[in-house]
Amino acid sequence: MYWVTFFASVPLLHVPDGFLSLPISLVAWVVALVTLYFALRNAQIVLDERLVPLAGIMAAFVFAAQMLNFPVAGGTSGHFIGATLVAIVLGPWLGMLTMTAVIVLQALLFQDGGLLAMGANIVIMGIVPVFVGYGAYQMIRKQGRGVRLAGTAVAAWLSVMMAALMTALLISFSGTSTLTVAVPMMLSVHALIGLGEALITVAALSFIERTQPVLLTGAEITGTAVGSGRWVVAGLVIALAVTLFSPLASEFPDGLEWVAEQVGFIETAQDAPYELLPDYTIPFLGETAVSTILSGIVGALLVAAITYALGRLLQRSAVPE
Amino acid sequence: MRVNTFDRYEERASPIHRLDPRVKVVVTVLFIVSNVLLPDGAWWAFLLAYGLLLLLNRLAQFRFSYLFKRSFIALPFALAAVTVLFTLPGNAVAICSLGSLNLTVSDVGLVRFASILLRSWLSVQAAILLTAVTQFPDLMHALHHLRVPALLVAIISFMYRYLFVLADEAIRLLRARESRSARPAAGGRLGGTVWWRARVTGNMVGQLFVRSYERSERVYSAMLARGYRGQLLVMHPHRIARTDWGATAVFLLALLFIQVVGWLG
Repeated sequence: MYWVTFFASVPLLHVPDGFLSLPISLVAWVVALVTLYFALRNAQIVLDERLVPLAGIMAAFVFAAQMLNFPVAGGTSGHFIGATLVAIVLGPWLGMLTMTAVIVLQALLFQDGGLLAMGANIVIMGIVPVFVGYGAYQMIRKQGRGVRLAGTAVAAWLSVMMAALMTALLISFSGTSTLTVAVPMMLSVHALIGLGEALITVAALSFIERTQPVLLTGAEITGTAVGSGRWVVAGLVIALAVTLFSPLASEFPDGLEWVAEQVGFIETAQDAPYELLPDYTIPFLGETAVSTILSGIVGALLVAAITYALGRLLQRSAVPE
Repeated sequence: MRVNTFDRYEERASPIHRLDPRVKVVVTVLFIVSNVLLPDGAWWAFLLAYGLLLLLNRLAQFRFSYLFKRSFIALPFALAAVTVLFTLPGNAVAICSLGSLNLTVSDVGLVRFASILLRSWLSVQAAILLTAVTQFPDLMHALHHLRVPALLVAIISFMYRYLFVLADEAIRLLRARESRSARPAAGGRLGGTVWWRARVTGNMVGQLFVRSYERSERVYSAMLARGYRGQLLVMHPHRIARTDWGATAVFLLALLFIQVVGWLG
């Protein structure tokens, strides 16, 4: 059966339960729900009753498209994730809802990603990459064909990298991994996955452009053809919100720990699972919550800076045309 | 493919199957939260949690192997947590040599790594059980009752409804590609450049997108013609019975016991 193969597609971006601490999971849930609230409201204003069939079928499309792959070499294959294509063609709000539906269904039906961790997975795969992919594309949307397709490739690649970065940050904040190892590991693995995503996205987009150009005239579907890098900024704000609040949330004792303290059995308890920073140190930064937050911000800003710089570069190179 | 091709529901006439889907969802989430809250190295509590799972598995009339065989889905992700083995300070247990690099495995790190794996392993099984004893439409209905935004639930239900239709489309595209090009032997040379192969796949994705989009337009028109006003109506309402409350209470007590054992034991 073909559909079994997609299980192996992007295992490292679907965080299962047990790898995130409770505070981090909850913060991610809050961020996901607030963003989804706006996405639902905005998409509904534009689409009204068309929203449900459109978003539902497009979500099924993403699911089915993830079954399509191509052989790269040595038995490995390139896969399609879909966030950027969906964001570009359907607009960011509808794109977010579509990706969220995919994540929820994959978690509920196939245990591809956890239930408590679903909020984090929605942020990682459904919100941040949509913002980044859409924002990066908007910056080069008006350029000539060559630049636009190159820009789409960059946007798709960056959206995967950003998702990988978010995953690394969240599992590190949960004390499940070490920042200095998780970030480079996730980014290097996904640099390749992102390449496959970029190639497929560009080819799919140029196919749609050739056959159904109507679909691409400025995200008419959702009426959200806002130019500029505002979307990148919005995506960053969300990424930063998660990065900022996760460590802070971990600093506050949660209910159970409070009870444990009152009853007096905290001494007997071992290392708390929600402890943000176990006793390892991040070299060059020390071992405070501030350093964790800072390194998170540095990472997010780095990706943002690359996005922005590349966008600018492409814009400038397009001027002579 | 049929409409329920992707559903992992297993029909049985068990008390677990008969529980209200809301109860099943809430209880599953609470079980996962409980796992996450257990401290590292609370082996007895983890064992009790597994016992609880096995009991539910038994009550749902599944064989032991049903749950066990499917329980390793999330394990590849453990790769992301391997670093805790080496980074937590503690007494050295073993030393791994990777070339010139000596990595020391500490006892604290080992306990933490094992605990993370156990939490994840137990949680995944709870989710598998939930899917096996609840039909997907009922699951959606439960989410709706549990105040998940109605629009989101409607979108996911719709996606589920058309999943097999579009999966069929995708399989047709794959079959068409295979019939036009020979499959390479294992380790054999692949035809064309990587870029060319990616473009073929990209065209398939684009094709699938256009077909899906057009289908959504047709479906929407058909729905309008049948009186759709933006609300999906569900026929069979669920009612929480006394047995549902009873089951929830028993389960909560069991979780509480597991937590007490985990923190005191």
